Amino acid sequence: MAGSNGSGRKNLKVIGKPFHKVDVKAKCTGEALYADDLTLPRMLHCKLLRSSVPHARIVKIDTSRAEAYPGVKYVLVGKDLPTSFGALPVSEDEHALCIEKVRFVGDPVAAVAAIDEDVATEALDLIDVEYAPLPTITSMQEAYDVSDPRIHEYGEDGNIHRKQIYEFGSVEAGFAAADYVREDITFYEGSTHLALEQHASLAHYSHDNKLTLWSSTQDMHYLHRHLAQVLQIPTNKIRVIATPCGGGFGGKCDPFNHEIVVSKLAMILRRPVKICLTREEVFYCHRGRHPVLMATKTGFKKDGSITAMHHRTILDGGAYGGHGVASTFYTGILQTTTYQLPNYRFEAVRVFTNKAPCGPKRGHGTPQPRWAQEIQMDRIAEQCGKDPAQMRWEQAVLPGHVTANWIKISTFALREAIDKVVEGSGWKKKFRKLPYGKGIGIACSAYMCGTQTPIYWNKMPQSGVQLKLDRSGMVTIFCGSAEIGQGSDSILAYCVAEVLGIDPFDTKVVTGDTDLTPVDIGSYSSRVTLMTGNAAIQAAERAREFLRQAVAEKLQVPGERLVFADRRVFDGENPEKGMTFIEAVWLAESKFGTLGTVGSYSPPAAPGKFKGATIGPSPAFSCTAAIAEVDVNPETGIVTVERIWIAHDIGQAINPVLAIGQVEGDVYMGLGEALMEDMAYRGNRNVVMKNPSFLEYKSPTTLEMCDVVTYLVGEPEPNAPFGAKEAGQGPQLPVPPAIANAIYDAVGVRIDEIPITPDKVLKAIKLKAKGLEGRVGPTVFPTCPMPEAIVVPTPYDGGDGKAIEDKAALAKK
Amino acid sequence: MKTIKKSRTRLEKAHISLRVNGESVEVAFAPHKTLLEVLREDMGLTGTKHGCELGECGCCAVLVDGQPVLSCLALGLAMEGREVTTVEGMADGTSLHPLQQTFAELGAAQCGYCTPGFLLTAKVLLEKDAKPSRQEIKEALSGNICRCTGYIKIYEAVELAAARMRGEQAEPAEETIYGRQ
Ligand code: FES
Ligand code: FES
Repeated sequence: MAGSNGSGRKNLKVIGKPFHKVDVKAKCTGEALYADDLTLPRMLHCKLLRSSVPHARIVKIDTSRAEAYPGVKYVLVGKDLPTSFGALPVSEDEHALCIEKVRFVGDPVAAVAAIDEDVATEALDLIDVEYAPLPTITSMQEAYDVSDPRIHEYGEDGNIHRKQIYEFGSVEAGFAAADYVREDITFYEGSTHLALEQHASLAHYSHDNKLTLWSSTQDMHYLHRHLAQVLQIPTNKIRVIATPCGGGFGGKCDPFNHEIVVSKLAMILRRPVKICLTREEVFYCHRGRHPVLMATKTGFKKDGSITAMHHRTILDGGAYGGHGVASTFYTGILQTTTYQLPNYRFEAVRVFTNKAPCGPKRGHGTPQPRWAQEIQMDRIAEQCGKDPAQMRWEQAVLPGHVTANWIKISTFALREAIDKVVEGSGWKKKFRKLPYGKGIGIACSAYMCGTQTPIYWNKMPQSGVQLKLDRSGMVTIFCGSAEIGQGSDSILAYCVAEVLGIDPFDTKVVTGDTDLTPVDIGSYSSRVTLMTGNAAIQAAERAREFLRQAVAEKLQVPGERLVFADRRVFDGENPEKGMTFIEAVWLAESKFGTLGTVGSYSPPAAPGKFKGATIGPSPAFSCTAAIAEVDVNPETGIVTVERIWIAHDIGQAINPVLAIGQVEGDVYMGLGEALMEDMAYRGNRNVVMKNPSFLEYKSPTTLEMCDVVTYLVGEPEPNAPFGAKEAGQGPQLPVPPAIANAIYDAVGVRIDEIPITPDKVLKAIKLKAKGLEGRVGPTVFPTCPMPEAIVVPTPYDGGDGKAIEDKAALAKK
Repeated sequence: MKTIKKSRTRLEKAHISLRVNGESVEVAFAPHKTLLEVLREDMGLTGTKHGCELGECGCCAVLVDGQPVLSCLALGLAMEGREVTTVEGMADGTSLHPLQQTFAELGAAQCGYCTPGFLLTAKVLLEKDAKPSRQEIKEALSGNICRCTGYIKIYEAVELAAARMRGEQAEPAEETIYGRQ
């Protein structure tokens, strides 16, 4: 059955076809203008002075020498921007420039606007800051042990930012019913996005008191609100334009100091002010992958079926809250979405440390628990004497499942995905059969397509689209989404073109401009295709109705017989009888006047009713199976990933070549995190970051990247536009554990911490040769007092989605 | 307290003649500027990007006398009389270079930020070798980092462009577009 969003439609002309992207020629010719490519007359340049110490009170800032320096126009300090902000309303703990305290090396304390970048840079040396150093917090353990000084004056206690604890069903009963119970302690190191484009912003404040900010951002709607809050001017006096973004991966989601600072400087000076961060500064902006330590205790039967999981996580959040509260949830809540898991307990703690703040990076909080779960699944299979691919196939979540923590899964082709990679890789001939040094490993995952709620609570749509049709024949599509390279502009064009029967290049896509485009809440959570696509289809169907009525009347044909295809509107029973699309627009414009329609999208309500139940549920879940084949040199410990076979349930790809491009990019980023990427700090030396450059922070080049064989599988998803689910994040998640499992197959050692560097592999091989456990990884899991869990009965034990406490409270009333 | 700095004496602008994208031009700029800065700031050629300005990412690659050069490491002053090609000069008049065409076709440019550097580096490769192997392509492009694509679509685009430049009626493989079945 065809859904109202076209998810079951046949005879598609645009959807599923490999059209090139609407903006790609501009990107291949140098025509695309990124934030740092923009200049305005009278433009000034801004530079930030960043803290050189990790934790200190600011005793004094003297800017007088810098102000006197020729060419300097203004020096801004913290007290000029006293209002705090932060990505989430629950942790607005940042200031555009530090006021009383600095919290990590790189925290901005002052800003200079000057006639050019050189003068601005030179003037930074003339700002005298006196710091009174404070003891530093450099690790999870220290954050637990040291409660004075506190990095922030809010949070749970001491340097603990957040604790979350849930129990769905009863893990005690689940463990009692198990044949085996095992606990594994694993670690996933922090890594950064390393988008090629350094963050840049340009602000302009006009004489009619309107601020315009061009910025490389993924979330201009949230940025718009944060600017209004900190600058204390109404949102209708601010225009944010998201320029083509040279890579995001979550790293351009937070509102950033520099964006606020150039806006303020432009307002003070009434001159355009631009900033482009250096690569080193981009490392300090960070907001990347949280380092997460995990203890995963799982009960299972002899056949590999899981009876319960108790999963504990500690996140090293760095110096600020950012998206961290959400990241904390994500280190646990999606553990139930890959395999059947009837009882689940989740405890998470996020701590503050004096390091660059962590946040959302591709897969936001989920690659870490997937790592823990999938390397444990490999051990469970071994303990049960089962083939790990077969065991995963048997335990896979099936379509229509509701998880223990009340997440509803719709379409879900994990079994098909496993079949594809098992067959394609020749798994059965290779697993445990390859010569020493060669190995093969499997892992799976599931991921959401957008979240239930936006970052700040409201009942408005998450996504809006407006269409303008006029006598030119052009269809203009307005949407507030931000194109970050994933192809979101093109998705809009393809969806509208399919509905109206035109060519995608007959449209003009206008996105990322708060003055012009209806709100979309941003490029994060793999939400954009599903949500903007659904809104675009609704707007296009409404426009098609205007044309249909006008053409039906003119041709004297019943409206429902009209077909929109090949730039024509015609009688489906007599295709000769019809007119061109542009003639149909003329007729409709004559009959109805100026043509315009809108479409909106809000996700369906989540079935859970407990506190926190809206985090995790999604209109749709993608799933992925990956098999890695590796070569491990036992002399050097060097791991070479030769090939990855990856099958991804995307539903129906709107554009297969772009979807495959996303999957390949996911494999790449997963490979980098698995083998080399590492936000490393010198804990004992000023908590300074060790490797803030492209050269020292290792990322895969063409020489390390593996071959990738991609399969797109699945059935069109009814909740998704033309059935299309996400591909930008989910396929990354199984890659690191598949590699780790393959290393075990190759040389019989377990590396339980990311990144898997040669020294760790070598150490494990040596341990094994000595007859010890061939394993490198964490062995202790620090604990801290935890509050009572929120206990929620599962759908399988008759729950209604409410927590038990809620019921007690209700009964009292 | 740091020593009080005096305003740096600003040097007079340098003035050079060179050829950029096939045209003779003259340009004046502060003499310490890199070729990257001269192109972007003094000539308005912002197609050349930067990701590090330290010679580590390959984003800023341009051709100088037909050879790939990291423009962030080359001095503008050294360009007197040289022939510089940037991404803006890749198209042949009104038609895109085959590499630009295939990068577009296969989505080898996602965010597009690394793309100019890859295009120019690949152009030189194909001028030297009409039929490079996958391994030779990897080696030629190993100084360019891309964080979006995983490089696979870039290799496929280079191979497709190479085939077309050899005069073959090449189309992308089914697997490249639809995945393995
Ligand atoms: S900007 Fe020149 S190599 Fe990175
Ligand atoms: S396309 Fe984004 S870095 Fe290569």
